[in-house]
Amino acid sequence: MKTKKLKSSSNILNNTPQFIVLIAIATLTIFPLLWLISTAFKSPTENIFQSIPQLLPAQPTLDNFIKVWKNSRFDLYLWNSFFVSSITVILNLLFCSLAAFPLARLDFKGRDPIFWAIVGTTMIPFQITMIPLYILAVQLNLKNTYAGLIFPYVISAFGIFLLRQAFQSVPKEMEEAARMDGCSSLGIWWHVMLPAARPALTTLAVFTFVAMWGDFLWPLVIVDKAELYTLPRGIASLASAFSEDWRLIAAGSAISMLPVFIVFVFLQRYIIPTEASIGVKG
Amino acid sequence: MQPNVKLKRNKLGKKFSWTPYLFLLPAIAFLCLTSFLPVFQAIYLSFTDYDFVGSPTFIGLKNYLNLWKDQTFWKTLSNTLIYLIFAVPSLVILPLALAILVNQKLRSIKFFRAIYYFPVIVSVVVAGIAWKWVYAQNGILNYFLSTISFQNIKIPWLTDPKTAIFAIIAVVIWRGVGYYMVIYLAGLQAIPADLYEAAAIDGSDGWQKHLDITIPLMKPYIILVAVISSIGAMKVFEEVYIMSQGGPANSTKTVVYYLYDKGFTSLEMGYASAIGVFLFLIIFIISILTFKFINPAKTIN
Repeated sequence: MKTKKLKSSSNILNNTPQFIVLIAIATLTIFPLLWLISTAFKSPTENIFQSIPQLLPAQPTLDNFIKVWKNSRFDLYLWNSFFVSSITVILNLLFCSLAAFPLARLDFKGRDPIFWAIVGTTMIPFQITMIPLYILAVQLNLKNTYAGLIFPYVISAFGIFLLRQAFQSVPKEMEEAARMDGCSSLGIWWHVMLPAARPALTTLAVFTFVAMWGDFLWPLVIVDKAELYTLPRGIASLASAFSEDWRLIAAGSAISMLPVFIVFVFLQRYIIPTEASIGVKG
Repeated sequence: MQPNVKLKRNKLGKKFSWTPYLFLLPAIAFLCLTSFLPVFQAIYLSFTDYDFVGSPTFIGLKNYLNLWKDQTFWKTLSNTLIYLIFAVPSLVILPLALAILVNQKLRSIKFFRAIYYFPVIVSVVVAGIAWKWVYAQNGILNYFLSTISFQNIKIPWLTDPKTAIFAIIAVVIWRGVGYYMVIYLAGLQAIPADLYEAAAIDGSDGWQKHLDITIPLMKPYIILVAVISSIGAMKVFEEVYIMSQGGPANSTKTVVYYLYDKGFTSLEMGYASAIGVFLFLIIFIISILTFKFINPAKTIN
């Protein structure tokens, strides 16, 4: 019979074949990114096209990072990405949780049709709305502005769906107790629902941040001034501007990966299901 | 009189309250502005010759008729189908196998899950650049192939029309595997362990137990992944933009890429809208078929 003792170090030996497979797939998964990061640290004297590729830089250097930071306004791109992503996260958390609350907890006319209409918008591909959104943005003078970058994303049907689920699982007694104490609906939303749904709010925040951080198509059409470039837009333009100086492109890419990497390391339990998170639901 | 109690209890004449609608107001206002109205506007524009400079003139079905005769459109549509045919089965099967693999109780399994998920959160631009570097003619992939085959291999992966689309499909798969693995993982963890124990008593073990129990129980998830990845394959754009610009000779150009070209490079926004409406119809049909076959709300739970 299997016991908990198996979880000790001896299970590495017992499961050697599994670990070989796991490590092989992990290598395949992460290799292109490691290869890019390694290139970013290679010095200008090192031939990055040599016939026998070197995984580790011969003389590791930060020159490429300094150069890309100074020459192509990566400080600005980083700030733009950070600002746009953060504002979008805040607005999403606010508007999605406001909308999810009555859908989850209040009884009112038209609740279900409204909910399904919201969920239905996930079927609409951004590619069809993109042209009218662009025309609208130009009419409202939002081209080349932060507001223009943000406004198509301030609400997400997925977010409303996710938070509605979370609010529905809050015990009825908590809501009733708050009503007894004279809490209004707004007070219940703030004092009861939001604290109880903190994991779901974190999940939404991480997803929104990562999506905005990596978004490319909309910034490509709505922004053509370099001062408003977000990182993906900046890196893409770098790829042409420096006539493919791979060390610099790699350094720029590495800079843009770092913040999502940090977010991921600390908050991955909110996006990758664990046994515990399933247990709570059941 | 006790109006409060009475109003609360009376189901027919329930007290009307603005409160729920006020909560919903910002979300609905923005969804109207960014989803509902643009859809109708796109449909309207698809019947016009709008070129962004002048004002739209109604031209009936002309855009759609031109679309029918447009060689490039058919080329991009057939390319998109190649993305669909090759990416979707891989994205249905590989992540399921991977999810089964990482659903074991092993040391540092969370670390492996995280690694497999990581490509999902990396910006598609960075991913495209990383792979472009791997695919370079004197890049690491050709070096690796040369080493194992003892030949000097110099395949121009992204500049040969025969290989470019598959090189990009590989990246689409690489970016998607972790995402669908997580969806499957949620499903796998909901399967009670005693089912497997019962199966073991009946002599079903190893991979057989997955054929007997996992696959049938995971069917809603498998359909869900098939649908999401199909819709995703219909919308491939960024990978192509970064890695090949649609070339060589339009061999990697997708419908969405063509829409972008028409709408934002040559400013034929009416025509581009017609492409968008066409795309929307395909995605709509895929979604409706799913709604008929499975109840998504049940699946998510």
